[in-house]
Amino acid sequence: MIRVDGQGNGKSLIQVRGLSKTYRRGGEEIQVLQRLNLDVDKGDFVGFMGPSGSGKTTLLNLLGGLDVPTQGSITVDGDEITHMSGSKLTQWRARHVGFIFQMYNLIPVLTAFQNVELPLLLTKLSKAERRKHVETALSVVGLTNRMDHYPRQLSGGQEQRVTIARAIVSDPTFLLCDEPTGDLDRKSADDIMALIEELVANHGKTVLMVTHDAMVAARAHTTLHLDKGVLVEASKLEQGVVAGGVA
Amino acid sequence: MKFGSLIFANLFRKKIRLILTIGSFAISLILFTFLAVVYSAFNRGIEIAGADRLVIENRVGLMLTMPVSYADQVRAIPGVKYVTHDHWFGGVYQEEKNFFPQFVIDPENHLKVYPEFVVPDDQWNTFVKDQQGVIAGAKTAKRFGWKVGDRIPIKNSLYGPTKTWELNLDGIYHAKTADGDESQFWLQWKNFDENVPAAVKSTAGWYILRLDSPDDAVRVAKAIDAKYANSSWETKTETESAFQAGFAKQFGNIEFLILSIGSVVFFTLLLVTGNTMAISVRERISELAVLKAIGVRDGSVLFMVLAESMLIAFFGGVFGLLLAWAAIPAMSAKLAGFLPPLILSKTLLSFGLLFAVFVGVTSGLIPGIGAMRMRVVNALRRV
Repeated sequence: MIRVDGQGNGKSLIQVRGLSKTYRRGGEEIQVLQRLNLDVDKGDFVGFMGPSGSGKTTLLNLLGGLDVPTQGSITVDGDEITHMSGSKLTQWRARHVGFIFQMYNLIPVLTAFQNVELPLLLTKLSKAERRKHVETALSVVGLTNRMDHYPRQLSGGQEQRVTIARAIVSDPTFLLCDEPTGDLDRKSADDIMALIEELVANHGKTVLMVTHDAMVAARAHTTLHLDKGVLVEASKLEQGVVAGGVA
Repeated sequence: MKFGSLIFANLFRKKIRLILTIGSFAISLILFTFLAVVYSAFNRGIEIAGADRLVIENRVGLMLTMPVSYADQVRAIPGVKYVTHDHWFGGVYQEEKNFFPQFVIDPENHLKVYPEFVVPDDQWNTFVKDQQGVIAGAKTAKRFGWKVGDRIPIKNSLYGPTKTWELNLDGIYHAKTADGDESQFWLQWKNFDENVPAAVKSTAGWYILRLDSPDDAVRVAKAIDAKYANSSWETKTETESAFQAGFAKQFGNIEFLILSIGSVVFFTLLLVTGNTMAISVRERISELAVLKAIGVRDGSVLFMVLAESMLIAFFGGVFGLLLAWAAIPAMSAKLAGFLPPLILSKTLLSFGLLFAVFVGVTSGLIPGIGAMRMRVVNALRRV
């Protein structure tokens, strides 16, 4: 169950409490997120929508441990990450977060196999074990036959599949997707969304996704809107309800 | 090294840039190595100078001589083991460009003072008996294709009207150590003394003494200079290394010149490689951000950048040193007579490689630290 009222039972996989983020730009303080609450259970698939500058990517960066909040806390699987040191946070990211970016961000000089293998280089797995994991991840995204191809030899949709394989190869606690279909045509976008749905449905992955596309957002279990730094559940947005439990 | 494949892949990402950077490194290393061997050649005399040897010269300078009778007087000073005397001959073989150091020596004592030179006994005995005899260093003999028994004409205009001295090559000497000087040419003092103008007769250009112990050097030097103080031929006695250093300085401040050019080479190389690495890191800032996002530590990012710049420097260094290794013997042959023999020793090769790696690490440091400190969020926003 996804809640944005801060009244969760304390057993959620991700618990966000009173999260605020303020940027200082040219002497002016810009409050991007305001005392935001969020509870996400294991296996949930949540989409975040909102206008540009509403704080969607900032929220994703905070949840992924790439940025630190001005106030509030984020607890993932029992670990409070907001007070972790830089190096601890790096280790935590390697273990718990799988990132999927809009621009794929693959390393162009590495093959699909080598790109997917990257997160495993941070583990103690042997070469043979790494190979097995990479082949499994690539088979999940349907690219076993392209493992020796370089990113320039792949289509946009295939590149994004490699990115997804890289995100899931180390079996992270949750996946963060920042506009995963933003750079793809409709057909490829549908394929990628089907793949993400499959990861949630068949592999029990927890996915948090930012998107501008209402059709893409509609495929999430729940869509939350970010408006003026506050999370609003989509169905209640029209009714003007700002906080509450969402089934 | 788990990130080895990524480091190598990045290294060969822009092949033309890599080749140009390695090329600039190699060219600079050749220049650096050439400077180093020239510097080493000028200082070799100082490095191999015997710790137990003193040199006496005329207080006014090397152009003036001293009576040859000083030899016996100096030998009588306690602590002096052997005394020999030399004279600069300064002749020319066939053409002006065929220059090499020629010394008039005292055969009786020369090898006692310079045990580092070896002449086969039969050749030495012939030389001692032959007033027109000469001994040539192995390098000089090889340079001109001389063999023992050859007649060698040396043209000289330092002592009276220009005259060709017809000399017999009685022997060839070798140095006991690899870096020993094998370019000298020794003439008999008796032959010289009989054929020079009266003003030069019975004189020595300088004396070289071997001591019982290096500890006696200061006392003996003071005793000699005190003995001839206020005489017509006052002396200046110093250790052989000090004498060699003074001799090298006559060519100008070689050390300053070489250090200046070497510094320019170093900083140019630093800027070229630093710039290459900075561009290289800037081009893949988003890739580095992704690496950090997926959990690669800051230290590993720094290591990857440093390893890359170090590898460029290493390959450039090895390539440059190989070229220098091939070119220096040819350069040495061309410059023979103008410069002492140029020797690229193992020490210099190792130093050259260390220098290259040091430049590589230093030039990668600033872009590497920049990549290490980069905030993932800011870098991803630029994409």
